[in-house]
Amino acid sequence: MSESQIDEGLRAELQRQGVWVTSMQELYNWGRKNSIWPLQFGLACCAIEMIATAASRYDIARFGGEVFRPSPRQADLMIVAGTVTKKMAPQIVRLYNQMPDPKYVISMGACAISGGPFKQGYNVLKGIDRYIPVDVYIPGCPPRPEALLHAFMELQRKIDSQKLSGREKADFLKKEQPSEFPVPEFGEHDLNPPANKDVYQPPELERV
Amino acid sequence: MTPNPYLFIVIFAGVALMFPLLPLALAWCWRRFFQPPKPGPDKNAIYECGVESIGDAQIQFRSQYYLYAIIFLIFDVEAIFLVPFAVAFSGLPVGAFIAVLVFLLLLIEGLIWAWGKGCLNWGSGRTGT
Repeated sequence: MSESQIDEGLRAELQRQGVWVTSMQELYNWGRKNSIWPLQFGLACCAIEMIATAASRYDIARFGGEVFRPSPRQADLMIVAGTVTKKMAPQIVRLYNQMPDPKYVISMGACAISGGPFKQGYNVLKGIDRYIPVDVYIPGCPPRPEALLHAFMELQRKIDSQKLSGREKADFLKKEQPSEFPVPEFGEHDLNPPANKDVYQPPELERV
Repeated sequence: MTPNPYLFIVIFAGVALMFPLLPLALAWCWRRFFQPPKPGPDKNAIYECGVESIGDAQIQFRSQYYLYAIIFLIFDVEAIFLVPFAVAFSGLPVGAFIAVLVFLLLLIEGLIWAWGKGCLNWGSGRTGT
């Protein structure tokens, strides 16, 4: 549950009397987290698991996420499901840029996180978080539908905890936070730039 | 006292006007007080499938499909007219018979023309362009 701005005791007391109180922030986040519309695109085998998650057995509709949108203009969530090749990376960044705020990214599977088993490949991007900010990472090769559902619930938890106002308000509400990120270009040997320094800050490698 | 019968139309028009305006006003307030707009070159792009559009949409292209349209008329639409014509043939007056004959002649002319164009050739032959 989100940190409430209303005194919990008072709320419980009022609820006993049949009065339901809420705040704008809670109402907004409640609506948002229960209607996350993912962008409809898959890149590789993880997409099959994503399809299974949307189908009746796992049924992502229980979480309000069944409305896969074919247009980035209508999507809230980008599920990067599969190996991101360097050929595909600019398109993904551009799609992310075209999504309206607030937007979230789930990096699904080992490939989307780090390149996975194809990490050594000359044509594979070593993680989509080099270009766009990722909210939830799911390990696995591919992750099972339950794992995607878990990531979805984690994202719901994150949305629920986002603040509408104050200094700690969510990033997409801040004027100075960018909504678009530079699209990489095809270089001679690699994408140019190989990573967006503003987004991708890997931990320093310590050699002992 | 009965209310003016036109009053309901006024109320109806008012509700019809408020129905789209209220969400728009709410969206405007949301933008104004909470979420600052963040437009950008990608977000404002017209094409939205991740690939940048090349060139202009207002171009000329050759219309070759009309050949299919003609063949479709001859072999499909004509058959639809021929079946009721054949069924009602014995009871038709001369005028109707001539009218159908004119229609058939027009289509046969099209068939000869399409034949001449070479679009009845099947396979490797040159199709009319």
